[in-house]
This record gives sequence, structure tokens and C-alpha cells, in this order.
Amino acid sequence: MSISNDLGAPSIEQYLHTQAHKSLLRFITCGSVDDGKSTLIGRLLYESKMLFEDQLATLAADSKSVGTQGDDLDFALLVDGLSAEREQGITIDVAYRFFATEKRKFIVADTPGHEQYTRNMVTGASTADVAVILIDARQGLLTQTRRHSYLVSLLGIRKIVVAINKLDMLDYSQEVFERIAHDYRAFAQRIGLDDIVCIPISALRGDNITTPSTNTPWYRGPVLIDYLDSVSIAGDMPTDPFRFPVQWVNRPNSEFRGYSGRIVGGSVRPGDRLRVLPSGKEATVARIVTQDGDLDLASNGQSVTLTLNEQIDISRGDVLCSTSDPAGVADQFEATIIWMSEEEMLAGRPCLLKIGAKTVSATLAPPKYKINVNTLEHLASKTLELNEIGVCTITLDQPISFDAYTQNRDMGGFILIDRISNNTIAAGLLHFALRRSQNIHWQAIEIDKRAHAALKGQRPAVLWFTGLSGAGKSTIANLVEKKLHALGRHSYLLDGDNVRHGLNKDLGFTDADRVENIRRVSEVAKLMVDAGLIVLVSFISPFRAERQMARELLDRGEFCEVFIDTPIAEAERRDPKGLYKKARRGDLKNFTGIDSPYETPEHPEIRIDTTTISSEDAAERIVAHLVANGVLLQA
Amino acid sequence: MPSLTHLQRLEAESIDILREAVAESAKPVMLYSIGKDSAVMLHLALKAFYPSKPPFALLHVDTTWKFREMYVFRDAMVQRTGMELIVHTNPDGLRDGINPFTHGSALHTDIWKTQGLKQALDAHGFDLAFGGARRDEEKSRAKERVFSLRSAQHRWDPKQQRPELWRLYNARKNIGESLRVFPLSNWTELDIWQYIYREQIPIVPLYLAQPRPVVERDGALIMVDDERLPLRAGEQPTMRNVRFRTLGCYPLTGAIESEADSLAAIIQEMLIAKTSERQGRMIDRDVSGSMEKKKQEGYF
Repeated sequence: MSISNDLGAPSIEQYLHTQAHKSLLRFITCGSVDDGKSTLIGRLLYESKMLFEDQLATLAADSKSVGTQGDDLDFALLVDGLSAEREQGITIDVAYRFFATEKRKFIVADTPGHEQYTRNMVTGASTADVAVILIDARQGLLTQTRRHSYLVSLLGIRKIVVAINKLDMLDYSQEVFERIAHDYRAFAQRIGLDDIVCIPISALRGDNITTPSTNTPWYRGPVLIDYLDSVSIAGDMPTDPFRFPVQWVNRPNSEFRGYSGRIVGGSVRPGDRLRVLPSGKEATVARIVTQDGDLDLASNGQSVTLTLNEQIDISRGDVLCSTSDPAGVADQFEATIIWMSEEEMLAGRPCLLKIGAKTVSATLAPPKYKINVNTLEHLASKTLELNEIGVCTITLDQPISFDAYTQNRDMGGFILIDRISNNTIAAGLLHFALRRSQNIHWQAIEIDKRAHAALKGQRPAVLWFTGLSGAGKSTIANLVEKKLHALGRHSYLLDGDNVRHGLNKDLGFTDADRVENIRRVSEVAKLMVDAGLIVLVSFISPFRAERQMARELLDRGEFCEVFIDTPIAEAERRDPKGLYKKARRGDLKNFTGIDSPYETPEHPEIRIDTTTISSEDAAERIVAHLVANGVLLQA
Repeated sequence: MPSLTHLQRLEAESIDILREAVAESAKPVMLYSIGKDSAVMLHLALKAFYPSKPPFALLHVDTTWKFREMYVFRDAMVQRTGMELIVHTNPDGLRDGINPFTHGSALHTDIWKTQGLKQALDAHGFDLAFGGARRDEEKSRAKERVFSLRSAQHRWDPKQQRPELWRLYNARKNIGESLRVFPLSNWTELDIWQYIYREQIPIVPLYLAQPRPVVERDGALIMVDDERLPLRAGEQPTMRNVRFRTLGCYPLTGAIESEADSLAAIIQEMLIAKTSERQGRMIDRDVSGSMEKKKQEGYF
């Protein structure tokens, strides 16, 4: 076996033909810290002659100045490209590297071993066909070996190479190699991995990487590069059902209406009958349009534009499917969640879910269980912390089309996005739709919000008072309600303390309970708006995300955020209920402003500075705002 | 069923990225630097949105120090494709007469390219910019996401990158933040040349070898493109058969001696190349990790 860059190819056409028909293998290297992943990839690049002279010169210079291998080349420096990585001698982020042999092209994701960067490892694994799991022969199986193996299995990688590394430091002991291989196979069996090849290597010395090593005469299996060159990759199955998420509606003029996207399953031909999900309408493919001309056939992986014979309403995020085997449609699922945020998961807080080209609002229920990746035990938990994996129910605000992740990665894999920071906070794998999501329907009611409001002669609205404890929310809300009452308006005041005596008496003051507290009150306020009332909500409501959620439950113009802006020093001086004193003494935990955060509104409709304006004047201002916005006019 | 060839797979992935970015942004723009990667990226954009025209403009952040042939080629491409072109030249650079000779390559690059890019993006309110960067170019590029978030100050924070799973890209951002999107992330230099050959994509003739006037300076062959290049004592331009593997500001871009005067010959030459394409780039030589530093400061 030799690696080369196909030197001296006889003709350019012949060369390009060979290149074009090479298959592509994507693999990841993973395992624990310091087990030599970066060194292994550096060596693969070096041995496959993918390095140029100037890069080798830089490597030699870097090896001398910051290397860890004395006078030898430090191959890890080829891949740890960030300054912080060089300083600490570790891999922080996933790096994608390219190399080729005569048979194949490779994209390798070099992923970090540190537990704190597990999410980056998951990123690398999500697109890989094969995983190379490195084990330091001196250490044997570690927590990270098990964690990464479990993640690899979870994400659907079935082919595993266990590279048992640093054997040079143990005199190439066959006994050590066999013991670790045995331990690994025993663990792998429990997580459903059975296609495993164990190879004794030294990434540093180059044993069994590209040529069989004379140091391991007892080993009869393939060297690493031979395995990677010949392992079969699950090909595109032509019998898979057709799936086409619509990315972009292509309308250059009124004559042409096309749907652009990438095929993520099966194939399509002009004349095929397709179903549009979630609407369920059907249509027939007219043309498969590309700039290079229309196609007779397009299959999995291709980016094309389809036109249809029928004029039906299709938008970005809809999925075109085969009619004989369409995807499912639902708004409630069971899913595996891999939590990727530094902040713990808060059940009940809405976030965004992106799947294919569709983004919807989603809420997670508390985990059914989380998984101890060492023991594979199912543990009870109310939340998930960074890098934890659990199984949860997820509820969406509208139905989506999907397949189980095990059937189709693109149709069953999703990410969750925080609504405030916009960060990706979790990855998820859909298992199945919950039956109740298909069985609970909205009851159509004829006496609707408009009818209720018309009878009361007003436009319903929510006045949402937020601010620190002792800021003056309830005092001002009370005055506003008295004025509304005097004007003959129908209103109701939902006060934080009062609701906690009844509806929410099961909730405490942890972040998770605060989120649930606000979720329930928002839903109650929404029902009251439906009944035609002007609802005053007086809650500390410390998190922007929940206030945003309350806003989004209502129609545009129905939600008015009133920020009662009192500095903490002033609220603490007033301390009408003596709570600040208690909190300062440590008798009261999770008190907003002391040991629990308050997130100031960024764009409230009304801001009341209680240090410069009296409660009476504040109430006047709020009523004036309602008048100016037409809430108090006859509906 | 025939499976896709390597270039077909890369093409399909890039088109997917281009469409997704456009669908998720309010005001996208494509950075167009006139080089071979820009040429491929523009070609892919024309395919991605066909029969529509790509729904964005091209942005050339001009340092005023590009090769003359690049300006000619740029204007010809704009004519040919009918794309809108925005040219931005940093007024501070013009005022202070910033050039690579008196101010050094680092300051020259910072003022003209990094600051110029930030000014242009801010002035037009672009919230997403396509760039032709590839992961095989440089070590810190290998760590870059396809969708890369930049702060309101255009800074890149490599430790706060969003995990990027499957083919799902998170394009959401807050007011002031923007995205750099790299549709060619998974392409290599050799892929680019093979694709240019297969698709017959027009490129600046400077990539092809022909006799050009050059001086040898600090181990590089610098082409005397106009009278602004101050000749050092003893320097005498000579005609040599050269071409460029990468194009930038002419005083900072080294040529290579070559006989490759066709696309096929370029690919054949690449197969036996002993040096990387960026070897001719003076701006990468400043210090180890300089690309990472430039990216953190807002370079694309």
C-alpha cells in the first residue's frame, strides 16, 4: 500500500476521471485528552504527503520553539491551530482536515478530548461515517473513552476503529493490547456497537499507521490507513423514500415558481407524485431545474430546483415527500437531548427548534431520565447540565414533518436555539411522535375573543409589570386598576404573591420553578385576554426569555411591558415586606437582586422611574398610554 | 443509481449553504476579491439561485494596490453576470496614502482590508457576508465554522463558536451582530482548480504563466505592475515566465516561475508542487497565528 498524490498522471482527463470517482470518507478521531489524536492526524497528513515544504519548515520551527518532542517533529502542532490551543497544548475546537490516498479522499474531524468541549466532539461526529477512538495504552478505558463511544453510537456511527496508542512506551506489549481490546469490546456490546477493529499503534513513532510495524509481529490485522481505505460506507439507498425540505422559493418572474432545496433521501423524476407536508396537499413534479439544464433524475445529496404542475401554496420549511411513504407530521415528540449550553436546561422555557429548513418554537418537559455514560444507568433528573444527555418530551407550537433519527439523520436531527442569546444550546434526535399530539385538537369556539371584547366595549390587553421586589409594582398596578374600574372597564389584577397561594403553590424559587411560575401566569393572562379583559400582571418576572414568551402568546399590540425601574439600593431601603433583610441574613435563598439575577427590560413600552415620579403620576401615565394606543376606545 | 462524484458533492453542499444563508438573512452580500476562490463562489451562486439572479450584490474591498489585470477582469465579470458591484475604498487609507512600502504589510492590510471591510459592512448594513475562505488554507481557518458569528465590533471569538451539526446552520443573531458564511469550507486548492477546469470558469489571466517583469526581493518574485513600486538599489526588473497561485496586493504577492499556461497545465503543476499556495503571501508571514489574530480583529 502506498500513498501518493497520483504523481505523473499520464493525461489530465484520465487524472480528473480518477479523482472524480474516488469515494469520500468522513471520520472523526476521538478519545481522552493527551491520547495523541492531534499527533495521529499530523502524522497522517505527513505520511500522505499532504504537507508542503514551507509548511514543514514552519512545523520544524514551531516544534523547536513550542514543541513537546525535543528535537523531533511535534505533529500535534499541525492541527492545533489556535493560539490558546498551543499555549495549553490541548485541542479546544474541532478542526477539519483533508487528505487523500490513491483510493479515497478523506475529511477528518479532529475533535477535542476535554470533557468541557464534548459538544465540539458531537459536532464532528454528526457528519462522520467512521470513528477512530484512541486509547492511551498506559491508561486503558477512561470515562471519556466511554462517553465518546456512547455519543458515537447515539449519533448513528456504526464502524469503529479502536487505535490503542503509545504502545511504544510499554515495549509493544501484546498482553496490554489484548486486555484493552477485550475491555473495549465488552463495553461496546452494551451500547450496540459491534463493527470494531482494534489496531496497536504508536502515532508518535508511526507504528501500524501506513505500514505494518516490525515492533508488533503478533498483530495480523490491517494497518490504520488500509482499514480507512477499504471500509465500506453505507451508500445512498435508492429505495429510501423521497425527502426534499424546501429551502427557498425561487420566483424570478411571474412565469416561474420553483422550489429550491437539497434532496435528503431517495430520488425524484419528472412526473412523480409528491405530498407537501405538513399541509398534506399533493402535486406532480413538472421539471428538475438546474443551470446546466433540466435533469431526468435527481437523487440523495443533490441540490436542485423543482417545479410542479399544480399551483399550490408551499413555503420555506415545508417538505416534499413521496406519496407512498411520506414523512410523519406531529407537534409532540420524544427525543434524546444533548445539552450544549453552560446554563442548565430549564424545562418549560420556550426555545427555537431548527430541523431542516424549518424553525419553530419548542418547549422541553423535564427529562424522563438522564444517562450516566459510564454505567449507562438511567438517572432521575429535573434538568440537564452542560454535556449531559437525557430523554425528554418536546412540544412545538406548530406541527412539523419528520422521520425518526435512526431512519434519516436530516429529517430527525435538530438543534435548539436560545431565544435571547441566539446560541445553539442543544442537539436532539427525534425518536417518535407522541400519540396525544395527534389526538388533541383545538376545539373551534364560536364566541371568540372579538365577541367577548365587543360585549365589554373594550380592546383586551395585558399590562405586564416587572421590576425588583419592593419596586412598587403592586402599588402602581392597584392604582391603575382603580382608574380603569372608575372608567367602567373590565379588568383583573394577577398578583405574584396571590397566585403563589393557589395556582402556583407547588412552585419554589429555583430558576426552573420561576420559569414555570411565569409560564402558568402567562397562560392564565392569555385566557383572560380571550375573555375580553384588560389584565394587569404584577410579577417580578426576572428573566427576559419568559417575558418574551408571554408577549408572544398574545397578538401584536396586546402586550404592554411596564418596567417599574427602582434601583436595588432604593428597593432595599424601602423593604416593605422585610424580605431584603432576610435575604441579606441568608435566611431567604434565591432572592432576586441578591443571589438570583434580574434581567432589565431592554425595550419596555413604558418605563417608570419611581425615584422621580409618584405612584399616582405613574398610574396616570399608564392609563394615558392605554388611551393613546386605543385600548380604552370602544372596540 | 450513480453516486455523485467528489466535485458534484462539493457543489451540492455549497449551493445548499448559499441558499440557506440567503433565506435566513436580511441583507446578504458576497465578498468578491477577484481571485480563483471568488470566481468559484460566484459561479456557484449563479447556479444556486438559477433561474433567478443571486439576490445580493458583490462587495470588493479595494486596497488600490491590486494588479491592473484584476480590475479589468472584475469589471468584465460584472458586465457578464449582471451582478451589482459595490467597491469600497477606506477613505482613511486614501487620505494617509497607506502603502506596503512605507507602512509595512501588517498596517497596510489592517487599514485597507480589515478596517475597510468593517466600514463597508457597517455603511451598507449587511448582516451576512459570504467569503471564499477554505479550511485547507491555514490552521485557524481549519477551525472555522461554515456560519461564523461576529460581534457588533466584527470580532471572532474562537472559543465561543456555535456547534455546527449535520447540515443544520444556526444563522440567528442579535442586532449589530453579523455572520461570515464560507460556502467553500470543505474545498481544497486542488478541488478549486479541478472545478474551474470542469466548469470552464473564467479566471484572471495572471494565474497562467507568461513573461512578466519581476524583481527578486526578500526571496520572492515581485511583479512590477506599475510605476508605484520603488526599486531598491541594484534592482533591475527582468522578464521571466511566471504565474501566481494566489492574488492579492501586487507588492505583497510573490509569483512562481512556471511554464503552466493552461488550466490543464496548472493542475499538472499542482500535483508536483512542493510549496503551499500561501507561501507567496507576505501578509501571512508576519507572526505565527497572524491569520487568527486578523480574524479576531474583524478580517473575513
